Amino acid sequence: MPDLLTELFSEEIPARMQKRASEDLQKLVTNGLVEAGLTYASAAAFATPRRLALTVEGVLANSPTTREERKGPRADAPEKAIEGFLRGAGLTRDQVEERETPKGPVLFAVIEKPGRPAGEIIAEVLEQTVRNFPWPKSMRWGTGALKWVRPLHSILCILSDEAGSEIVSLDIDGIASGDSTKGHRFMASAPFSVTTFEDYTTKLKRAHVVLDAAERADAIWHEATNMAFASGLEVVEDAGLLAEVAGLVEWPVVLMGKIGDDFLDLPPEVLQTSMKEHQKFFSVKNPKTSRIERFITVANRETADNGATILAGNEKVLSARLADAKFFWENDLRVAKSDMSVWTQALENVTFHNKLGSQADRISRIAALARDLAPAVGADPDMAEEAARLAKADLSSEMVYEFPELQGLMGRYYIGETEKNVAVAAAAQEHYSPLGPSDDVPTAPVSVAVALADKLDTLAGFWAIDEKPTGSKDPFALRRAALGVIRLITDNDISARLDQYIDSELLKYELTQLRKNGSEQDLFTLESTLDEISKHGVFGSAFRAVVNHIKTSGDHPFEPDVQEGSVLKSVADGIEQKSIDLLSFFHDRLKVYLRDQGIRHDIIDACIAMEGNDDLTLLVKRARALNETLATDDGKNLIQGFKRANNILTQAEEADGVEYSFGADVKFADTDEERALFAALDQAEAKISPAMKDQDFTTAMSAMAALRLPIDAFFEAAQINTNNQTLRRNRLNLLSRIRTLCLSVADLTKIDG
Amino acid sequence: MSDLPQTPRSFQEIILRLQTYWATKGCAILQPYDMEVGAGTFHPATTLRSLGTQPWAAAYVQPSRRPTDGRYGENPNRLQHYYQYQVLIKPSPPDLQELYLGSLEAIGVDMALHDIRFVEDDWESPTLGAWGLGWEVWCDGMEVSQFTYFQQVGGHDCHPVSGELTYGLERLAMYILGVDHVMDMPFNDPQAPIALSYGDIFKQTEEEYARWNFDTANTEVLLRHFEEAEAECAKTLAAEHVDPKTGKRIIMAHPAYDQCIKASHIFNLLDARGVISVTERQAYIGRVRALAKQCADAFVQTRAGGWTPEAAQ
Repeated sequence: MPDLLTELFSEEIPARMQKRASEDLQKLVTNGLVEAGLTYASAAAFATPRRLALTVEGVLANSPTTREERKGPRADAPEKAIEGFLRGAGLTRDQVEERETPKGPVLFAVIEKPGRPAGEIIAEVLEQTVRNFPWPKSMRWGTGALKWVRPLHSILCILSDEAGSEIVSLDIDGIASGDSTKGHRFMASAPFSVTTFEDYTTKLKRAHVVLDAAERADAIWHEATNMAFASGLEVVEDAGLLAEVAGLVEWPVVLMGKIGDDFLDLPPEVLQTSMKEHQKFFSVKNPKTSRIERFITVANRETADNGATILAGNEKVLSARLADAKFFWENDLRVAKSDMSVWTQALENVTFHNKLGSQADRISRIAALARDLAPAVGADPDMAEEAARLAKADLSSEMVYEFPELQGLMGRYYIGETEKNVAVAAAAQEHYSPLGPSDDVPTAPVSVAVALADKLDTLAGFWAIDEKPTGSKDPFALRRAALGVIRLITDNDISARLDQYIDSELLKYELTQLRKNGSEQDLFTLESTLDEISKHGVFGSAFRAVVNHIKTSGDHPFEPDVQEGSVLKSVADGIEQKSIDLLSFFHDRLKVYLRDQGIRHDIIDACIAMEGNDDLTLLVKRARALNETLATDDGKNLIQGFKRANNILTQAEEADGVEYSFGADVKFADTDEERALFAALDQAEAKISPAMKDQDFTTAMSAMAALRLPIDAFFEAAQINTNNQTLRRNRLNLLSRIRTLCLSVADLTKIDG
Repeated sequence: MSDLPQTPRSFQEIILRLQTYWATKGCAILQPYDMEVGAGTFHPATTLRSLGTQPWAAAYVQPSRRPTDGRYGENPNRLQHYYQYQVLIKPSPPDLQELYLGSLEAIGVDMALHDIRFVEDDWESPTLGAWGLGWEVWCDGMEVSQFTYFQQVGGHDCHPVSGELTYGLERLAMYILGVDHVMDMPFNDPQAPIALSYGDIFKQTEEEYARWNFDTANTEVLLRHFEEAEAECAKTLAAEHVDPKTGKRIIMAHPAYDQCIKASHIFNLLDARGVISVTERQAYIGRVRALAKQCADAFVQTRAGGWTPEAAQ
């Protein structure tokens, strides 16, 4: 069976697109072949800056012949029907058979499609592939209409077997296929022809082209680390950069250069970012000092002077770049040391979001919130507020303007140069974290306070203006922010009622709007409510308390207008609605987060249904304990017992129209099992209620699970719905004790199964 | 060219060699456009001539002004006034990359010793409503040129596609001549009786223009000029296609485009004066783009832009 080799040779393909393009080439061609009946043994695709190549081995030489039988109308059907059938089958009357069937003579057409040679199919599939290639961006060139990522110059397409190789002939807008290609642009530019994939790779290598990107990356990494090692240094790993650099060269030549002495004192991250972003250099570190002292660049050719000219040029360019960085660093340090408020003031003119005000407005809100949160996270409130005020100051610095990815880190350096507490400096860097599910969570209390405040403010802000994530759209990364809050709280074991903070942030946003056009009375009422929230926990009760006070105390010359349709009423309703909605968004993210840790959604639902569900640490503790309990036999069976008790009780309550909630008395107990259950419930209650008070869910739940045997035994021995009404009532009340006790731990009605 | 020494000795020699090279490759060597522009692309020989179906091949030096880049002549690499070398060939020839590499050799870049790379860089000009795909060309890690296949200009798809090459002359020359500060670069032959450096010629002007651009240019006058240029552009394009005096069909795409260039440069000056806020910025860019688009619309209605009475029937 023959092998197919094809290569699409073009001008330089962007490095970031090469890998995906080689995968697409393989997928499109092989799918096309298989669809046309050409199966194959194996396939592999490759990319260099100037070519995409695909080898498909063991392709069928011909597609198989196919036979299709179609049943038509009866032989004596009207002329029109027969004509239609013949037209559909592409046959004439004498080419179809008449067969006897129980319904009489019927026409049958046998359509045979002969197999086609592989070459014909490949030519069609390849042309389709080229014409419909899914480049992220493509272009036209010259006078043509064909689109490719950059001008396409030649197409190599051959089929080869033991007998030799032949060109699969095709022509796409004047580009005819052949069996030849070119090597390295500068080192071996003469065209050559190839016969097999092996011949192709060998000749390419001779012509200074390494076809396989992984091979190029390996060679670069190997050579770079060796070179650094020989000087007692090490290369800073960067997989993304390695892949990119491997996509910029066909013949990698690794060179190590020096960084001018003037620049060695720049923060290592600045050196690294500048070298990577602008020059695509690897950083080379001295492991003894942790300083970055050299760089690795990868050239695309060998030269007679062993790269001396190339290296000198690269060093020169780097010096110019680093001179810029040093200029920024020194200017920034001057500002940082004299008066950083220049930077924070400048943020007044930077819009955060047109409906949410400037960066400076945002920072004020975050600072106030960080202060409020400080006690809950164990931070000093003054320090938390100061840290929040400075955390984003570096957005005005020259360095961050040039390298936005250094935000936070530069803040840490700059604040670190002042008299301020190191915790304040650290918060500048750490308050952005955690950025992703695997990013480290800050633990320093000041950083935690600012990080939480930052994320909660963002979430409340976008909720206030109704810009919530929908489907796959989350342009402001709000899911990530919510997950960040969840991890900050639960990883640090912080006990805090989120509702309170959400409500006060939402109210702050409303106040900002209202200050522009609201009435004095309304503003006064809501501002008082903001003060009151810290006492009452949530907006609703704080608002009612304030309204009541204004109405009844006689201290105020007005009555708040809370009629339907009033400003206050609609603001109040809006905040309550948004607050509920945002909390349930947190719960949804929490479900995703815990599901990844193996906790089922129904277990989380059982815990969310409990009081205090805005305390995420409590919620997660409860869920983990319940998860563990339900993993035990006792736990699983207890659920059955609970559900049985609950069902019987609910049915009886519905039928009788009463609630059996009180008065089970052991003196009406009729069996040992019943008495044992009373005793077990007493015991369990004695354990559960103090444990719940201490939030010791594990103890509470194991005490609950211990009820499993007595409950099972009770159901075994006693019939609930007996004719003896006293016994029945007592037993129902006993079931009610089971229900009440279990529901005090988690809402077990939500558990599946 | 063989009688020239391998390495050029001055800035002007590099320019002359580029002129000679592209002349031998069949380009019309044009002169700079006689207006203030931000880049060689603004020259109508590029912007307008990349539109329509007529073949085109031109090369020229274009003095370019970027007021915000002024550094009073002190920064080794930044200038508010500098030179670009621009080549535009339509349709883009299949060997444009080789032609370009030949031009580097012509100005003394030894291909056997240097590392030349084509690194993805897609070009977009929001003020011209134009975009294209191509690369920045690196020589030993330094960007020496922009290489672009125009896909759209003034909102019009380019058919055929033009290939555009832009060389930042000072930076390229500093590299070839081994100079660290632009002001130290020999402008003419350093052996000449009166040898002039780049600084001898431009240090003074860089200082003066930096001060004027940043601090003293009259913003009220500039704002008014912007409005006037915008109005004149629209008025010029709105004129009857047939000139009442001569009875000829004369669409005034180029005079209108001059007003667009003017508006664009005034916007850059206002930007340097710091009187344009972040939000206004987008609005101004949008206004210049609207002018560029209308000029492009007009140009493709002219004979130079490929219009024929037959096709119009």
